[in-house]
Amino acid sequence: MAATPLLELSGINKGFGAVQVLHDVGLSVYPGEVTALVGDNGAGKSTLVKCISGIYTIDSGTITYDGNQVAIHGPRDASALGIEVVYQDLALCDNLDIVQNMFLGREKKRGIVLDEPTMEQMAGDTLASLSVRTVKSLRQLVASLSGGQRQTVAIAKAVLWNSKVVILDEPTAALGVAQTAQVLELVRRLADNGLGVVLISHNMNDVFAVSDRIAALYLGRMAAQVKTTDVTHSQVVELITGGRSGNLGLPPEKPADFGGDVVDITPGGEK
Amino acid sequence: MTTTTTTTAGGVKVVKPTVRSFIHDYWGRVRGGDLGSLPAILGLIVLGLIFGIARETFFSPLNFANLFNQGAQVVFIAMGLIFVLLLGEIDLSAGFASGVCGAVVAILLTNHGWQWYTAIPVALITGVVIGFILGFLVAKVGIPSFVVTLAAFLGFQGLLLVLLGGGTNISTRDSVFNAINNNNLSVTWSWILAVASVLGYAAVQFNRVRGRAKRGLVTDPMGIVLVRIGALGVLIIAATAVLTQERAVNPAINSLKGVPIIVPIIAFFLILWTFVLGRTAYGRHVYAVGGNTEAARRAGIPVDRIRISVFVIGSFMAAIGGIVAVSRASSVDPNTGGSNILLYSVGAAVIGGTSLFGGKGKIINAVIGGAVIAVIDNGMGLLGFSAGQKYIFTGAILLIAASVDALARRRAAATGNR
Repeated sequence: MAATPLLELSGINKGFGAVQVLHDVGLSVYPGEVTALVGDNGAGKSTLVKCISGIYTIDSGTITYDGNQVAIHGPRDASALGIEVVYQDLALCDNLDIVQNMFLGREKKRGIVLDEPTMEQMAGDTLASLSVRTVKSLRQLVASLSGGQRQTVAIAKAVLWNSKVVILDEPTAALGVAQTAQVLELVRRLADNGLGVVLISHNMNDVFAVSDRIAALYLGRMAAQVKTTDVTHSQVVELITGGRSGNLGLPPEKPADFGGDVVDITPGGEK
Repeated sequence: MTTTTTTTAGGVKVVKPTVRSFIHDYWGRVRGGDLGSLPAILGLIVLGLIFGIARETFFSPLNFANLFNQGAQVVFIAMGLIFVLLLGEIDLSAGFASGVCGAVVAILLTNHGWQWYTAIPVALITGVVIGFILGFLVAKVGIPSFVVTLAAFLGFQGLLLVLLGGGTNISTRDSVFNAINNNNLSVTWSWILAVASVLGYAAVQFNRVRGRAKRGLVTDPMGIVLVRIGALGVLIIAATAVLTQERAVNPAINSLKGVPIIVPIIAFFLILWTFVLGRTAYGRHVYAVGGNTEAARRAGIPVDRIRISVFVIGSFMAAIGGIVAVSRASSVDPNTGGSNILLYSVGAAVIGGTSLFGGKGKIINAVIGGAVIAVIDNGMGLLGFSAGQKYIFTGAILLIAASVDALARRRAAATGNR
C-alpha cells in the first residue's frame, strides 16, 4: 500500500457568486488505488472534479501533486500534469473511428501528414495494455460500438498519454450488467497498473466492488474519507444522505452552519 | 472461406480481411446506412443509359467533353460547400459570391487591362475575404449560417449588379483566360496526364499497403487494391480515348480534340482537398467539429477557427467556380452565379453523398454529384425538354437524394451505426 498520496487536495473552497459549493474539501488519491467519490446530487462531486481538471479555478486551498504544490489554471495544465478526466457524456465523435478519437486534438504527424500507422500502433498498444480484446477493428467507427466499448475507448483515450491520475465520472451509469462488469474490471486494472483512479459513482455495488477508499461528500463538505474494508454499505449510505454515521463523518449539524445554502447549492454545477 | 485472425502490434486480435470478408463488410456498412456515393453512381449509370438510348448524340465525344465544361462551375462550388456542410452549416451565398469574383476578374481584365495572372489572384483573394467575413459572423458573432448567407445572397446579388454598372455585360478577350474552360490539352499531353495519374494512384495505394504491412498493421486485401487501381485505370484510359478523338463537325476548319483543360484543374482540386480532409490534422478536426462540437472543444480543437476556415475555403472555391464560369462564357453578366447555380451546387454535394446533418462527406461527392446534375441538365436538354421541366426533374432528384440521406441516417441509428 502506497503511503504518500499522488494527488492531495486540502482546504478547497469554491463558490459561484453568493453560493458556496465546496467548503474546505480535502481529498487524497493514492497510486495503485481506486478512490470512490460518492455523494448525493448537488453534493459537489462534479464541481470538485472540474476544479481538479482545471475547468473551474479554486477560490482557495492547495493542490499537491506528486509532492509538489501545483496551480491548475486550465484543462491543459491538468493534462500536462498527467490528470485526465473521462466525462459522463464521453466526448467521443461518432463519425470518427477508434484511433481517430483516441488521438483527437493531439494527432501524431509526420510533416503535415497524419502519421496513421504510428497512431494505430499506439492505440493498439494502449488497448492491449488494458487487456481490451473486444473490438473488431481499430478502424471501426465509434458509432458502431456498444456503450461499454465506448466507455472503454474513452478510458483508453485518457490513459494513452501516460497519465498518472484518471478521474471517471459515472462510467457505468448507462450500462447493462455485463458491460458494467467489463468496465469495472478495466477500472480495477488501471489501478493495478499503478495509476491513481478516482471513480465517481452513485452505485454502491460498483463502489464496493472496485474501490480501495471511499470519500463521501455531503453538501459541499468532505464527510469522511475511509478505507472501503472499514465500512459497511449502510454506513456509506448514511454518510451520503446525512453526512455522518456513528462516530464517522461531520460533527452534528448546527443550523447556523448551513443557513440558506442548503436549498440551491450548485447552480449549473451538477449535470 | 478462411478468415485468419492476426494480432496487431500491441496484441489486439483483429480479423485479417480477405477479399470476400472485405466485400461482406462493405455490404454490411451499406445495409447499415453508410451509403457514400453508391446511390449517385448507380443513378449516373441509369441516367446515362436512358439518355444514351434516347439520343445517340448523348454519347458522342463532343457532348462528353461538354459535360465537363458545363459542370465545372457547379463542381468547384460544391467542393467548397462540402467543407461548410461537414460542419452542419450552409452557405447560400456561394453562387453569387462566385458571380462577384467572376465580375472582379472580368473587370480587371477588360476594363483595366490587367493580365490573367494578376487578375485571377485578386479574384481568389476576394473569395477568401468574403469567406472570412461570413465565417466571422457565424463563428464569433453567433448568427446562424442560414441567416448570414441568406443576407449575403441578396447582398452579393446587388453587389454584382453594382459592379456591372446596373446590368451591362462585360466580355473577356484574354485568350489565356478564356482557354481555361474552353480549350483542350494536346493529345500527347492528354495521354501523359492520364497515364501519370493512374501510375500515381497505384503508387500511393501500394505504398500505403507496404507501409502498413511493415508495421504489422492490418491492410486491405491485395485483390481489392488491384481492383481499385484497375477500375480507375480503365475509367481514365477509356475517357481519355474518347476525348482524344476528333469531335469537331468540320475538322478541316477547327480541329477539336484532347482532354478539356478544365479536367486536370478539377482533378488538382479533388486531390488537394481530399488530401487536406483525409490526411491532415486540420481535416480530422473539421470532421470532429462536424461530428461532436463539444468533444472537439474538449480535445482542445479551436472550434471557432475551424468554423471560419470552412467558410473561407467555401468562398475560395466559389471564386474558382466564378472564374471558370466567366472563362466558359467569355463574359460576365448579372446572372453569373445566379439562377440555379447555388441550388445545383448544394444538390451536387448532397446527391454525391455528403450529409446535410454534418460530419459525413468527401470531396469526391462533389464530382460525382456534379456529374449527375450535369448529365440531367445536358441529357434533358438534348431530349428537348424545357427549362421548367429540367428544374422539376432536378428538384425531384435532389429530394430523393436528401431522403436517402435522412433515411440512411435513421437506419444507421437503428443498427447502432449512427
